[in-house]
Amino acid sequence: MITAEQKPLQEIFGYIAPYEKILVVGCNECVTVCAAGGRKEVGLLSSALRLHSVKAGKKLEVLEHTLERQCDPEYVDQLKELAGQVDAIVSLACGCGIQTVAAQYAIPVFPGVNTKFMGASESQGIWAERCMGCGDCMLGVTGGICPVARCSKSLMNGPCGGNSSGKCEISEDVDCAWQLIWNRLVELGIQDRYEELVAAKDWRPAGGGGPRKIIREDLAASKIITEDMA
Amino acid sequence: MKTESRLEKVLASGQLAVTSEVGPPRGCNVDIVKEKANLIKDYVDGINITDNQTAMVRMSSIAGGTIIKQMGLDPIIQMVSRDRNRLAMQSDILGAYALGMNTMLCLSGDHPQFGDHPMAKPVYDIDSINMIKMVKDMRDEGKFQGGADITEPPKMFIGAAANPFADPFELRVMRLAKKVAAGVDFIQTQCIFNTDKFETWMKQVVDRGLDQKVAILAGITPMKSLGMAKYMKSKVPGMDIPDEVIDRLAGVAKEKQAEEGIKMAIEQMQRLKECKGVKGFHIMAIEWEQKVPELVKGAGLYPRPQV
Repeated sequence: MITAEQKPLQEIFGYIAPYEKILVVGCNECVTVCAAGGRKEVGLLSSALRLHSVKAGKKLEVLEHTLERQCDPEYVDQLKELAGQVDAIVSLACGCGIQTVAAQYAIPVFPGVNTKFMGASESQGIWAERCMGCGDCMLGVTGGICPVARCSKSLMNGPCGGNSSGKCEISEDVDCAWQLIWNRLVELGIQDRYEELVAAKDWRPAGGGGPRKIIREDLAASKIITEDMA
Repeated sequence: MKTESRLEKVLASGQLAVTSEVGPPRGCNVDIVKEKANLIKDYVDGINITDNQTAMVRMSSIAGGTIIKQMGLDPIIQMVSRDRNRLAMQSDILGAYALGMNTMLCLSGDHPQFGDHPMAKPVYDIDSINMIKMVKDMRDEGKFQGGADITEPPKMFIGAAANPFADPFELRVMRLAKKVAAGVDFIQTQCIFNTDKFETWMKQVVDRGLDQKVAILAGITPMKSLGMAKYMKSKVPGMDIPDEVIDRLAGVAKEKQAEEGIKMAIEQMQRLKECKGVKGFHIMAIEWEQKVPELVKGAGLYPRPQV
């Protein structure tokens, strides 16, 4: 999932300072799971904003709403009525959701979270990066552990000289991805595979070729047909 | 001969090679490069010029190499994939060769986290193994990494690093094998302090016949003090410093520790001269270049061969 963390309150206070009536919008997808921007966080942030305005002797009305999904225009449409009543919106969705809201409403939309990475839950309250969306998945040759996202240098052919007791040279808190890959290859009994040279990566599918887009002709076409029929 | 590299010629002559290094200044002072090079020039077959070592900004390795080349010496330019993508690397390789450099070392480079610009975006477009392959294809196939032909390709003698002490140990020979398969000509190893472990690694290298395909220069660093030894043990990634090294330095008076460090390095070189597969030494006398002559003489490697 996409992970996020709430922005510092001071930054959000700064964004909304010029406005008297705002809407805080959450998202019921990834940011709910990582406890950064779901219904609960919308409530907490809204209370904090109200409290701050009272303390500062300012007038501020805060509306709250949480969408099922903020990265989809069909859901964002549901904000039409609320958006018409406010001066600005604070979105607690990931960057994709924030941009979808901003694209649909002609009032300022501010981020209430910092979008972090595509990660998985390691344990209660801990999420860690697992994928960089390189567009050409190599997990099949690296034992199910991604060197692009999990090696600090995104090395393709094995650990650098900085691996010490299985930890990365940048921090004792970071596992060496290539140590994990090696352990896994040994576990699977396919450690000889390590010696196959992995060619220099083509970064175009990773974003080097400009902003990326998926066009599923089958789905895109069926939507047009449905609309035509309607 | 693949290249005009003096290091290649010395190795081909069957004699033990000696290289050392110069860290360029954190400024534009040409004299610093010249002074350091002058201290070691008669005692080595090639001089590494580091490339933003420990991710700290320094004068570029190719500029430093040019100064050293103009002195009539033999620079070995280091190149890290941390700071440049493949376009910049290849363009720098063409430029370096055009300026007279013919020997280089392909490295991934310390992570920016260590240096004075931890906020920089690390590049790592390709890894050191793919860099070796790229430089080899430029030389032997006359092709850029993207596939186009090069008019007048650069003929680089290609080096890389190996760290026999990093984990996992059982993978370290395989990693060398990958560098050999990619086309590396010579290896400069990480500083060796755990000589037993290095010999174990070397034996595996020889057993696989890799020493027939790549010239391995053993990395030597004299300890200046007990403090340096303790610092390297605890703070420098990928270092293996056994307690006996610490104990031996601790066993002499503080003012004698430098002398003891030199003695230890010389003994180590004498021991490794007998190690099968070792084709020479790479002396990393960190900010202590003036000791290189004493080390080379002490190890019986002076004078250097005329090739």
